[in-house]
Amino acid sequence: MATQASVTQSEPQTAERTRGGRVYRACVDILETPEGLTLIADVPGVKSDAVDIDFEDGVLTIQGKVEPRYKENVNFLLNEYGLGDFYRQFRISEQVDVGRIHAECTSGVLTVQLPKVEAAKPRKIAVKAAG
Amino acid sequence: MVFRRVNEFLPVAQLRDEMDRLVSDMFVPAARRAPARWAWNAPSFPALNVWEEDDVIYAEAEMPGVKSEDLDISVVGADLTIRGRRGADAREGVAYHRQERGTGEFNRVLRLPVEIDSAKVEASLTDGVLLVKLPKAESAKPKKIKVSTGP
Repeated sequence: MATQASVTQSEPQTAERTRGGRVYRACVDILETPEGLTLIADVPGVKSDAVDIDFEDGVLTIQGKVEPRYKENVNFLLNEYGLGDFYRQFRISEQVDVGRIHAECTSGVLTVQLPKVEAAKPRKIAVKAAG
Repeated sequence: MVFRRVNEFLPVAQLRDEMDRLVSDMFVPAARRAPARWAWNAPSFPALNVWEEDDVIYAEAEMPGVKSEDLDISVVGADLTIRGRRGADAREGVAYHRQERGTGEFNRVLRLPVEIDSAKVEASLTDGVLLVKLPKAESAKPKKIKVSTGP
């Protein structure tokens, strides 16, 4: 691809969170088309209104809040995973059209569309054959 | 702190697996001993949280992006079987920068400590979280024995 965007993972968050509890790293797919980048994250248990997406200075931050699902003092027979919010941060070195970023969250899968700004899209230049 | 969701290389995860194996003799998860066919990330997918409330056992599993029609849940005696698949989105002309989300089929069998009334089992899938409600069979419910006082 002509304009390969580079996506690097940022350092773990330095700012302190206001919410307590555990934070988990969501598994993601990041794919690129000529039109933009798409980030798909597995965030089971996150409702669509509990997602927080932030894009600032080329850093994309996604957060999904998970509400507690168990009663207190629950008697676990098997406890193979813990509950906590999902968090992930990426540095994106591609010109993203911030105003057109949009996202949706269904069935525990968050999809964030990051369209490229017009100038960053590869343009096909037609070569005219000389007569 | 940011925790890795699944990292089987972490010593803690290995220890947890070892502990699971130790506990498995009591709980007998049949699928754990069978080789994983198509695990997403973990050796036995899906990971389960199972708990008990009075006469009901609840089993919960996280399966984001799985459609309810692609899930097959069955209960025979005390064995709960969860089968399903998550299809890969066929996308052409895309370059992957990261591909961490697994796809494919999964199958897990869990032996519960008591017999289940299979006719009353209910399952729901909300925001990628599967919850199976497993009412205990009548024979498995505790019975109060009246103690009569002798003459």
